[in-house]
Amino acid sequence: MPFITVENLEYAYPAHEDGGEAFTALRGVSLSVEEGEFVAVLGHNGSGKSTLARCLNATLTPTAGRVSVGGLDASDEANTFEIRRLVGMVFQNPDNQIVASVVEEDVAFAPENLGVPPPEIRRRVDAALRTVGMYEYREHAPHLLSGGQKQRVAIAGVLAMAPRCIVFDEPTAMLDPRGREDVIGIIRKLRDENGVTIVLITHHMDETLGCDRVYVMNGGKIEVSGTPSEVFTQVERLRSIGIDAPETVSLLYGLRLAGVDVPLSALTPDECAAAVADAYGKRVSPADSAD
Amino acid sequence: MPAVQAENISYVYSAGTPFERPALRGVSFACEKGEYVGIIGHTGSGKSTFVQQLNGLLTPSEGRVLVGGVDIRSSKAALREARFRVGLVFQFPEYQLFEETVYRDISFGPRNMGLPADEIDERVREAAVFAGLSEAELGKSPFELSGGQKRRAAIAGVIAMRPEVLILDEPTAGLDPAGRDSLLANIDGYRDRQGAAVIIVTHSMEEAARRADRLVVFMDGLVALEGTPSEVFRHAAALREMGLALPAAAQIAGKLKARGVPLPDGLYTSAALRDALVGLLGGSYAS
Amino acid sequence: MLRDITLGQYFPGNTIVHRLDPRTKLALTVCYMVALFAARTWSGYAFMLAVLISAVAASRINGKTLLKSLKPILFIIIFTVVLNVFFTAGDDVLAHFWIFKITKQGLVGAAQMMLRLTMLIAGTFLLTYTTSPLALTDGIESILKPLAKIHFPAHVLAMMMSIALRFIPTLIEETDKIMSAQKARGADFESGGLVKRAKALLPILVPLFVSAFRRADELAEAMESRCYRGGEGRTRMKTLVMRPRDWVALAAGAAVISAVYALFRRLP
Repeated sequence: MPFITVENLEYAYPAHEDGGEAFTALRGVSLSVEEGEFVAVLGHNGSGKSTLARCLNATLTPTAGRVSVGGLDASDEANTFEIRRLVGMVFQNPDNQIVASVVEEDVAFAPENLGVPPPEIRRRVDAALRTVGMYEYREHAPHLLSGGQKQRVAIAGVLAMAPRCIVFDEPTAMLDPRGREDVIGIIRKLRDENGVTIVLITHHMDETLGCDRVYVMNGGKIEVSGTPSEVFTQVERLRSIGIDAPETVSLLYGLRLAGVDVPLSALTPDECAAAVADAYGKRVSPADSAD
Repeated sequence: MPAVQAENISYVYSAGTPFERPALRGVSFACEKGEYVGIIGHTGSGKSTFVQQLNGLLTPSEGRVLVGGVDIRSSKAALREARFRVGLVFQFPEYQLFEETVYRDISFGPRNMGLPADEIDERVREAAVFAGLSEAELGKSPFELSGGQKRRAAIAGVIAMRPEVLILDEPTAGLDPAGRDSLLANIDGYRDRQGAAVIIVTHSMEEAARRADRLVVFMDGLVALEGTPSEVFRHAAALREMGLALPAAAQIAGKLKARGVPLPDGLYTSAALRDALVGLLGGSYAS
Repeated sequence: MLRDITLGQYFPGNTIVHRLDPRTKLALTVCYMVALFAARTWSGYAFMLAVLISAVAASRINGKTLLKSLKPILFIIIFTVVLNVFFTAGDDVLAHFWIFKITKQGLVGAAQMMLRLTMLIAGTFLLTYTTSPLALTDGIESILKPLAKIHFPAHVLAMMMSIALRFIPTLIEETDKIMSAQKARGADFESGGLVKRAKALLPILVPLFVSAFRRADELAEAMESRCYRGGEGRTRMKTLVMRPRDWVALAAGAAVISAVYALFRRLP
């Protein structure tokens, strides 16, 4: 059974007292996430992807449809606490999710809430900080850290809860390239070495390379889904909903439009260069193309 | 005469406290009207500190800044004048919106300039068009707008001062690809119509490669590299050492050359790389 | 710039002063204040100054940093001193003009008041410099805990304090940024009368409040998703434990008070 199952999920934000209108953000979303999987959710701003994220850890309760996490129904309030423990959330703004004014105290926040015994909290905090490479900064004040470092502290804070899955809601949107690289590296490491199930919500194509499955959202629905190469090769369709294909695929697509025979599914720069060089080799010495 | 010019500027943060650190160490720079300059460098390289020198928000500990040939520290009036001639849009400018309506907020700068009412009105409407805001949006509260529209409203607030030099610090941070492209197109529109210079501080090598006539690379408070994009991107190893990556197209071109595909130097935009490859691989465009 | 203000900042360290239990340090600060106000003689002030200097030395806090941090409250100190100089009654009139008299008693009183205030503030700063805000709130929460029996919300209070402390530097930085952004649009915060200046603050205060509310919203969401549900059932990574050194320090504090009461209460 999948770890997370979402069936026909709908969510409408209620009308605001001060005149804000009710707004339907999700219009029937179905997806599933297996234990240990790395799933990416893409979409332009306002496509509903952040609302979906908030439904996955019972921050929002579905208006209609069903979300189940580890066999627990997310609509049942009795499960809320356990679901939040199972599914950690890392948000976009690193500043606004750090509670304490010392790094290690912040990482301890979730296990403290869970009532974990103090020696075990210490152990978890140290382990989490080592995993994200922030152990040396454990006694620092968060406001003096860079954006990328703050985000790593936020990830440690979720890890210390010992979740089985972490949902990342545009974790790199406010970071510089170095911070982004660090955070994406940690996300991959969490999946590969710690076996944490990952749901990454982003609009940066290149961050999703190497994931198992991609869901592309538009207008509160899932528009395209599949493996990265199945999804990213649909260049026209992605463009029509405001998403750029990766630079590599765009290039190959441009070449194919001009009648050059190259495959579309070379996603990484290395694969792309290999594919183009191959086409060049065939053209320069057609006889060699047999091998 | 350059529109804005910095002569050997140095600046120290938190001077005289335990947190003292040099941010700029002798930077010289000039920008002509109509130029499009990209400033790159990783966080802490001094690039954001530098642009705040150009309109006099920060006072250099050494060196001077000239706007239209006048030292901006020569008089209070010169400094005020510089604020309006060199418009600076901060990172995440939407957090500076404060008025009851978008219209009022955009008019804040022109009102501070002491312009007559009809000219303020003209400028607000013009700036709204440049920033891609509709008439209906002008009457709304800025806090009712979407994230992308808020950003546009904030940028319009600076454009309404009709600066000769428009500086934007990471204008596209946090925007999705569609929002990013249309915003950059709007900025191009302002530059074309006003003949203004645009200086963009960016982390995105793709953006820098695609738009700028000239790139200035900051490192440890100094200008480490300067030149046209193709001149700067030739220094791949130096850039990597500074923690900066080449644009994706230049990376792919490098890998292709390593595999023996005879590409020329200086390919750093997707379009240029694609065109070169179409030539090499014998493709042709239908249209 | 705003961010240069070091008022109430914590300097991490690993000295004996840093390691004391925050409750001990709170109690010692109270002892110090009481002793400071009990001391009435020059030798008493010298004694308290020696106490302060040894505490500063033991904490390895840079004396200059401590003195510099007094700058923002210099005005209050000067104001109090001036009041004392002019409004202390006495017979030894040194100078006399219009309705003001400067007396020897006034000068002595002012000097003592200045010493006392400066030492008082330096002492409390030593507390915040050597105790992380979090430890301090933990200490306060622990001291207030018995009051929970009469439904005093000790945990809520402590959580509010620690969040405030966490976000003060962030909001100061943000204020700086907003001010720069409005200045770039020609805002003028430095000229005009009181009303004009107050009005000029709106472009700073409105965005600051909007941002503070947004941050509060996001923080609440982040806290909930990290399983926060109030003080009930919560454990702490670092539980406060009184160690032998704390009892020794408290005894020393008591000794200082006793010494001051025994030796330095009256002018000789």
